[in-house]
Amino acid sequence: MSERILMCGNEALAEAAIIAGLDAYFGYPITPQNEIPAYMSQRMPEEGRVFVQSESELAAINMVFGASATGKRAMTSSSSPGISLMQEGISYLAAAELPAVVANIMRGGPGLGNIAPSQSDYFQATKGGGHGDYRNIVMAPACVQEMADLTQLAFDLADQYQMTVMILADGFLGQMMEPLVLEKKCGRKLPPKDWALTGTKDRSQRIVRSLWLKEGVLEALNNKLQAKYKIIEQNEVLCEQYEVENADIVVIAYGIAARIVRSAVARARQQGINVGWIRPITLWPFPMEIVSKTAEEMPIFLVVELSCGQMVEDVKLAVAGKAPVVFYGRSGGGVPTVEEVFEQIMQLTTPAMRQTI
Amino acid sequence: MRTVFKRTPTLKDVPTHYCPGCGHGIAHRLIAETVDELGIRGRTIGIAPVGCAVLAYDYLDVDMIEVAHGRAPAVATGMKRTNPDMIVFSYQGDGDLASIGTAEIVHAVHRAEQITVIFINNAVYGMTGGQMAPTTILSQVTSTTPQGRQALGQGYPMQISEMLAVLPGAIYVERCSLSDTSQIMNAKKAVKHAFQLQLDNATGLSLVEILSPCPTYWRMTPAKAMEWIEKEMTKVFPLGKLKG
Repeated sequence: MSERILMCGNEALAEAAIIAGLDAYFGYPITPQNEIPAYMSQRMPEEGRVFVQSESELAAINMVFGASATGKRAMTSSSSPGISLMQEGISYLAAAELPAVVANIMRGGPGLGNIAPSQSDYFQATKGGGHGDYRNIVMAPACVQEMADLTQLAFDLADQYQMTVMILADGFLGQMMEPLVLEKKCGRKLPPKDWALTGTKDRSQRIVRSLWLKEGVLEALNNKLQAKYKIIEQNEVLCEQYEVENADIVVIAYGIAARIVRSAVARARQQGINVGWIRPITLWPFPMEIVSKTAEEMPIFLVVELSCGQMVEDVKLAVAGKAPVVFYGRSGGGVPTVEEVFEQIMQLTTPAMRQTI
Repeated sequence: MRTVFKRTPTLKDVPTHYCPGCGHGIAHRLIAETVDELGIRGRTIGIAPVGCAVLAYDYLDVDMIEVAHGRAPAVATGMKRTNPDMIVFSYQGDGDLASIGTAEIVHAVHRAEQITVIFINNAVYGMTGGQMAPTTILSQVTSTTPQGRQALGQGYPMQISEMLAVLPGAIYVERCSLSDTSQIMNAKKAVKHAFQLQLDNATGLSLVEILSPCPTYWRMTPAKAMEWIEKEMTKVFPLGKLKG
């Protein structure tokens, strides 16, 4: 399949997972990601693979835990409140070093919130969410093509590093239709799953666990996890940038917000404003070095999010006081228009504003 | 000399961490014997719960996984659906299965998952210090019912096996006890039957509830604990086949 087809983001993600060799999908209904389980319920049995509608998100993530422990490729998807319920299982997956792919098609929060697109789960996705010292790789697609491509990559990353990879998208990306090309990407060379529970027929017992009571053992596990995370920080950062060198203003946004920013920056550049943008594709690992290096040229950073300001904290960490960081966001389903972001950029060019910063 | 009894290979030859008079060791042995007698050691995956039996993998020499509190039936679902040729069983206590994991066991039965559940009912939370469990009987003193469990405010003991047995997805539910040798022999038969059903690809979940002594948190001698199962516990949790 290499022709261009029209698909919504949720279905593109689902089909990409099947192309990536997904063995089992487990999920519970929640808007705005319902196209994923619906699609899987049709396609997975067609492929002779497993689809189970679970009784809760808690059960879904634990079904993933079980299937993954036997060496199978397993995933679940949900939206914000459901992802909150999965945090227990995600912490256990991290501790047991099991691969898993979890898609969060974010909606407005906190609480039951609403079903409009949002980016307010950044903290939860990138800083933990569950208990303990752990990380998930978090990938932020910005178009339907990336919903598919990053999902395929997510399965390889999950297997390579034996951990959860989260696709952090939003209601827009899940629902909107765009043309894309669906084809199997050349996969990575992956380590054998010599930890998988497949029965003791020709070997000694294997145990998948996360309880380590003996003194020092859990600390050693944590050190091992941290060493793994360091390698990921060095090797797996994905980021896109545009006209950042010598820019007076650099706008940083991810996912759907980056699409709005791109249009606003184009308009500002037409007005002769020296403005560029950075789009993190992996939110963890965050493109620290790229932002930090850009900060040395001392532009004004404008961070745009569909939240009250979450990724902006990582930008500030990367900038480390070397340049001013300004935030503009809408939350609870509010979406900034191109006009609004354009105005934010233009405000930063006025001498009065530059003085207050 | 004729050997009349020996340790079955699937039961590891290691010292136990369980308290004197605890029933888990016996229940482990029944599973190990079953696995060996059915010749399924190489294709069995066991699930250890959160609770005293979290270290079950230290005793049972099959592939095992340790899971979050109560979630064993969901994990078992993920395993069995993707590996229909494997024999998947969960080993769960009363806090695990009848309290925090109620939704997972009910829905695993509801979906007629082809798994086997060994449910150990000792009427208390053992690992955390003898707190009230859903299965704690009325007037029973625990560390969170110092005056004895009262129906008003603390609820009645939950007969979850009876609840599960009414669901069509349950193909076999039996309650047994470890209170004496003949009861242990019955329990063994039930455990073996439950595994055999899965081996025969029977279309549903098989569950054996085992009334098991906890002398430490019942504050009794091991002998008294066995008596208490027979005299008190079985009044609330009558033995016998509930389904199948």
